[in-house]
Amino acid sequence: MTAAPAEAGDQAIAAPAGGNDEAAEVILRLDDVHTYYGSIHALQGITVDLRQGEIVTLIGANGAGKTTTLKTISGLLHPRQGTVHFRGADVSRRAPHDLVKDGISHAPEGRRIFSRLTVLENLKMGGYTRRPAEIREDLSRVFELFPRLFERANQKGGTLSGGEQQMLAIGRALMSRPAVLLLDEPSLGLAPILVQQIFRIIQEINAQGTTILLVEQNAQQALAIAQRGYVLQTGRVILADSARGLAANEDVRRAYLGEI
Amino acid sequence: MSSVATSAPAAPSANPILALRRAGPFFFVLALAALVYALIGPQQFANALTIGAIYALIALGYTMVYGIIALINFAHGEIFMVGAFVSLFFLGEQLGQTGPVRDLPVLLVLVIAAFLVTMVVVGLLGVLIERFAYRPLRNAPRLAPLITAIGISFILQNVVQIIYGPSPVNTPQIIAPTERFGLLGASIGYVNLFVLAAAVVLMVLLQLFVNRTRLGRAMRSTAQDREAAQLMGVDINRTIAATFFIGSALAGAAGVVYGLYFGNISFVIGFQAGLKAFTAAVLGGIGNITGAALGGFIIGFVEVTAAATGYFVWAQALVFTTLILVLVFRPAGLLGQQLGERA
Ligand SMILES: Nc1ncnc2c1ncn2[C@@H]1O[C@H](COP(=O)(O)OP(=O)(O)O)[C@@H](O)[C@H]1O
Ligand SMILES: [Mg+2]
Repeated sequence: MTAAPAEAGDQAIAAPAGGNDEAAEVILRLDDVHTYYGSIHALQGITVDLRQGEIVTLIGANGAGKTTTLKTISGLLHPRQGTVHFRGADVSRRAPHDLVKDGISHAPEGRRIFSRLTVLENLKMGGYTRRPAEIREDLSRVFELFPRLFERANQKGGTLSGGEQQMLAIGRALMSRPAVLLLDEPSLGLAPILVQQIFRIIQEINAQGTTILLVEQNAQQALAIAQRGYVLQTGRVILADSARGLAANEDVRRAYLGEI
Repeated sequence: MSSVATSAPAAPSANPILALRRAGPFFFVLALAALVYALIGPQQFANALTIGAIYALIALGYTMVYGIIALINFAHGEIFMVGAFVSLFFLGEQLGQTGPVRDLPVLLVLVIAAFLVTMVVVGLLGVLIERFAYRPLRNAPRLAPLITAIGISFILQNVVQIIYGPSPVNTPQIIAPTERFGLLGASIGYVNLFVLAAAVVLMVLLQLFVNRTRLGRAMRSTAQDREAAQLMGVDINRTIAATFFIGSALAGAAGVVYGLYFGNISFVIGFQAGLKAFTAAVLGGIGNITGAALGGFIIGFVEVTAAATGYFVWAQALVFTTLILVLVFRPAGLLGQQLGERA
């Protein structure tokens, strides 16, 4: 686990813009989802929903089931019981490549960039489901968000620094123009200053209209930019509340915000 | 390429030591070629290049399939063999060709048609094999598809043996082997030139396809990280099928030129050629396309040199000694990912 962020870092991040907008429609909904790895019962009835335009965070200890939840949404895993609804349609059985076309993009844990492809090729892969003209448009958008990637466009992905690789992973996920962006531990292993930058960019992406489900070890920072959050423990949701509510919750503070 | 792509700054010039290490294998092959040329002279050298080109074409399919699903497709040699028979069936039985065609435009049309028909038929055969023999075992222990591949290879051999019999069958040499030209004091067949040119054209096309197209990018991505490729929207089943199609089609092309060059084929040619092409792929660095091509030419050089210098019986042993020597110094093959290079 990375060192707890400095106090100053907390303030550098703006408070949630919109707050909890109850009127917005539910764009993604997990209903009593059970997912297994063989006989391992990893998700034991997860119910989560995302409303249009929100940033929602999943927090929880290692092994709680955060990554499994994202994989179940993006179709890498399918629930054995329960459903995933996206824009009202049951997508529990859809293949990952179809879900990308539908508008769900998943930046996986550990970045998983294509290290032997150039930065530009990685981004083009992100836009795999889109037409060349759209790709050109989205490339400029991503390069605007991450000028660093433009400078390194022709370099192999594997030669980038950790921070740059994370930028590439997020930029690549944006290339499919997702309605919902799933981010799995985007700040993992980054220096504090880069963590700040990544969180700012996540807010910017959200402000441009993308709904975000953010998995973070860095619960404090995640709660600072999210509107709502869910706390997972051994495959179950043990708490669901507004980000403010969670940040103020004694148990959460003790268990996940590093307070004694 | 997009305008953004072209306006992006060029990568900083690579570090010279790395560049030298990259160029090393190519120098090695050039030096070997020079040595071979000095040993066997231009006549046999042309022969070595021709045979090397055939191995190279077959090796590409081994390396592509291994690259994308980490399977040594032992049936690949037999796919090459079937290609040679499909070409015979098309040119000989359907079009009634028996010997040299002197009319150049007609010859050109025949040759191109033979390539197209054979490559499509054999490409589809590869897709079919993947679909029904390998895909169901994709998540099984690695030994399972390997055994299946050996089984498929027996099936293909037996089917061809039942149809064409066990003895060699003559193939129409529509490019007259007697048509030759002088070069450096040697008399070289136009057919040699043709085989080499066809192989080089196909290899260049393959490189362009893999490096410059959307599907090519999808193949490279799937080879590197299948799950991440899925998250980009790649349908990996289709991408793997496309890889089998292309790899098998290239083996089919090798089958066509084999028939044109040697003038007879039998159901066993796939075993021998397949084994050597597999060696070529390992030697070049399995998974690496350029490596497979280089490996094919190296095997051609070694084998023809042994034969031309009177050590024919040692040819096989020499081929594998070369393999062992290369692997001792570069365990991942000439152009393979060296240990620690994999990110
Ligand atoms: N590939 C796998 N095979 C078997 N069990 C797994 C696999 N991946 C995760 N698990 C198990 O599933 C549970 C949830 O893991 P995960 O979703 O990765 O947690 P988190 O992302 O919250 O750290 C853990 O108990 C973990 O050990
Ligand atoms: Mg995780």
